[in-house]
Amino acid sequence: MRIEYFQLIDRIIDLNLIDLTIRVEAIVPTDSTIFEGHFPGRALMPGVLLIEAMAQASGWLIIGRMRFAKMPFLAALKEVKLRTFVTPGQTLMVSAKIMHEGSGFAMTEAEIEVDGKTVCNADITFRVVDFPEGEFLASMHEVARRIAFPMEAASHG
Amino acid sequence: MPSTFETVANIIAETCDIARDTITLDSHAIDDLGIDSLDFLDIAFAIDKAFGIKLPLEQWTQEVNDGKATTEQYFVLKNLCARIDDLVAAKAK
Repeated sequence: MRIEYFQLIDRIIDLNLIDLTIRVEAIVPTDSTIFEGHFPGRALMPGVLLIEAMAQASGWLIIGRMRFAKMPFLAALKEVKLRTFVTPGQTLMVSAKIMHEGSGFAMTEAEIEVDGKTVCNADITFRVVDFPEGEFLASMHEVARRIAFPMEAASHG
Repeated sequence: MPSTFETVANIIAETCDIARDTITLDSHAIDDLGIDSLDFLDIAFAIDKAFGIKLPLEQWTQEVNDGKATTEQYFVLKNLCARIDDLVAAKAK
């Protein structure tokens, strides 16, 4: 997890474009300036970053579904539950499923497990728009390679 | 079986917490009911589910932005309902 760069996903474990599901791994770093403030003497992964991790996992699923033609942007959250604390060094298993594909938007259900136990979940809405011009797409391809995005899955119908 | 308008009006009332009796066939979803684009995604989701269709919001937005259509053509409820009926009929063919 490159937490300071807001790149929270380490590795895509499974991308299923038939079931419209994704599973990814994200390891919370043991050391980060974030934990110096959140909180002194009691380091906790911020809840907003857990939400962001669920959004990013969902986002990669939607990008795969759209075959890198469109980019999802976080628009709304519902039914967010942060069930227990997450601490530095823990391995997050983030999963998401597309529940609805609208015109220009998509909705997912996402959750994070630690050691098989759900630590948070949310229903997430994204606006889905054409990829911005310029280096944006190239930078997303670079991140995709780093997190082992299965390009072959997104290139087949 | 409720009419298209009844279903849509109930969806809007529930989704946006708008009093049902203020929603009429001539209501403009944006100008009269104050529904913004984000709230309209929830409405579109509920309409898609209720009618088994996919409202072509991207196409409508593009047409409005290009000056080829007005928001009234898509977002006054009697017009919205007519378009839903067209989409349902097209799907049934």
